[in-house]
Amino acid sequence: MTAIPLHMPRRLVEFTLDGQEVRVPEGDTILDACRAAGKDIPTLCQGDTLTPKNACRVCVVEVEGARTLAPACSRRAEPGMTVLTDTERARHSRKVVLELLASSTDLSMTPRAAEWMKEYEAEPDRFGPAAARMNEEPKIDNDLYVRDYDKCILCYKCVDACGEQWQNTFAIAVAGRGFDARISTEHDAPLTDSACVYCGNCIEVCPTGALSFKSEFDMRTAGTWDESAQTETTTVCAYCGVGCNLTLHVQENEIIKVTSPHDNPVTHGNLCIKGRFGYQHVQQR
Amino acid sequence: MRAGAGAGAEPRGGEGRGGGEPAYATAVIAPATPTALAAPDLAPAEPSAGAAVPQAGDPALTLLARVGVVDPASLDDYRAHGGYTALRRAFALGPAGVIREVTDAGLLGRGGAAFPTGRKWQATASQADHPHYLVCNVDESEPGTFKDRVLMEGDPYALIEAMTIAGYAIGAHKGFLYLRGEYPRALGLLENAIASARARGLLGQDVLGQGYGFDIEIRRGAGAYICGEETAIFNSVEGYRGEPRTKPPFPVEKGLFGKPTAVNNVETLVNVLPILTGRTEETKLFCLSGNVDRPGIYELRFGVTLRELIELAGPPDTMRAVLLGGAAGSFVRPDELDIPLTFEGTHAAGTTLGSGVVLVLDDTVELPRVLLRIAKFFRDESCGQCVPCRVGTVRQEEALHRIKDRTGADAAGDIALLREVGRAMRDASICGLGQTAWNAVESAIDRLGAYE
Repeated sequence: MTAIPLHMPRRLVEFTLDGQEVRVPEGDTILDACRAAGKDIPTLCQGDTLTPKNACRVCVVEVEGARTLAPACSRRAEPGMTVLTDTERARHSRKVVLELLASSTDLSMTPRAAEWMKEYEAEPDRFGPAAARMNEEPKIDNDLYVRDYDKCILCYKCVDACGEQWQNTFAIAVAGRGFDARISTEHDAPLTDSACVYCGNCIEVCPTGALSFKSEFDMRTAGTWDESAQTETTTVCAYCGVGCNLTLHVQENEIIKVTSPHDNPVTHGNLCIKGRFGYQHVQQR
Repeated sequence: MRAGAGAGAEPRGGEGRGGGEPAYATAVIAPATPTALAAPDLAPAEPSAGAAVPQAGDPALTLLARVGVVDPASLDDYRAHGGYTALRRAFALGPAGVIREVTDAGLLGRGGAAFPTGRKWQATASQADHPHYLVCNVDESEPGTFKDRVLMEGDPYALIEAMTIAGYAIGAHKGFLYLRGEYPRALGLLENAIASARARGLLGQDVLGQGYGFDIEIRRGAGAYICGEETAIFNSVEGYRGEPRTKPPFPVEKGLFGKPTAVNNVETLVNVLPILTGRTEETKLFCLSGNVDRPGIYELRFGVTLRELIELAGPPDTMRAVLLGGAAGSFVRPDELDIPLTFEGTHAAGTTLGSGVVLVLDDTVELPRVLLRIAKFFRDESCGQCVPCRVGTVRQEEALHRIKDRTGADAAGDIALLREVGRAMRDASICGLGQTAWNAVESAIDRLGAYE
């Protein structure tokens, strides 16, 4: 499905991006401009359906005249600004940020992390074998999804999706501070004792695989997860009249997980527990 | 949570205090010891605010003139000593007139960033969005800083009057006083001051019968350094987790509750009173601690050198270093004491006045342990929002642990690593906490030769 967004026309902002004059609609970020110009800026905490917290700092760029680097994902383009995306200074920060993340967190399931590590010549091992890590075990306290905070980079996307940006359930938030900060339910209760409504919208936005479907987690553990043998079929949820789009991921004729297209103008990738997890009846044979 | 003293209060650099009498005013810096909280009867009597002002009684004092002189609980006493003349003058001048006077006086923010106060007020006052808010930042958690506490405990009405003037200038009808949680005595005095000012028509719907309404609400911090950051303070007041917000938008546009807000430090606000009542010379407060004979708050005109200030406080026999600006500041050597204590002078010398901390260390101090203590402080106080600070402060502390007993080539690898991490923290952190967490360590390596 192709979404056709309807907006009032926006004024264009003109600025200099890596020596090129570029024009972007007012309100667009530097990242929007970079992507329009075909530049590949790494991002982790930025997502297509959320306003980023700009917490990961992997997308930093140099804005002329600024004391510090600016997060491309959040800094709006201003007329006349001069932005440099690939300076030694910006690359240094990206490299160190990747090293800091990789030395403390399991990035094995983060798409493109390995590629960026290579591009920026990041060496997370140089902090030594004693470098502190997240050291978390997967939390498996319900039948629907798993929270493996050893893979969590604290991008805040799940918190924002659960809270004020989408679901308004507020089942999770950040607890603790500094290196001890973790995404947590109230009083770190099991998910089953929390305000969670199992919409799974947090899984939809998680960029590192820290949140995953129990079905996927179990299959990965058993070694039966095989993306090359999977098909994706987008259909319409049959539970109610809203008409949310579902993408059924099927392996060996079994639905193994359900996602939702992010470009859907009604749901923006969000579902409820029925659309996300209520597919067992399909498989009653 | 009541981590009172912070890094700067341990000039000897140990994790514990060890034996011997500390040469600094422990009671002044760290009143809320666990013993004192658990058993108030056993706690030694807290010295008055005036005890922290070695210059008390000096007629040259401006900001500290009333500290130790007036009864901090008496509005009448405050008025008898010149109180509320500045507010009357402000009403005579009008809001634009007040901003003009403050701008012309060249007042710079005293919280550490030295931003021109007049410009901040003008920017807030001119916002079309309403209501406007005033926030007085009294989180005062930079290690070694205790000037705001002395001002509030010695002369609380001055802050109430100054906040009223600031609120009038920026068009705010509500001011929030964000008070460090470890300041219970200041809380009592300020509550009393606000209540009595309200009862006398100096706060409330119609201040001094001028048709201007202004009131002050106190919010107490819970012991987090980050909540002194000018946007994290908004989150804290609004009841959210204390985390900095992205700038831009700046507080003057979208601050507290998303409305135009001016955030000012206590010392900055109190400086407005003499500006409006015709002061001759601008002064600055300095918080002296460490190995000096007479620690405390000193008020001096701008331009006095670091040497003159330390001479006043009684320097140690052999000085090793001076930490300027607190944990987020930087070290200078004993041969650099001719630095003039102005924002420009310290900047030109590659250091900072910051919040006015001057922590003197003698040659008994083990520098690597002081640095480790500072690194531990930042690791502990990082809010955890952004990666460079959350993980960078941990890696910094780990590296300093590794080299605490090493020098020269044995430390070179880790120093190079510290530089790389420090540079990324400074460049890519969201707020000032991460951006400055490497300052003191860097200056100790570069200026003091800490691991040579």
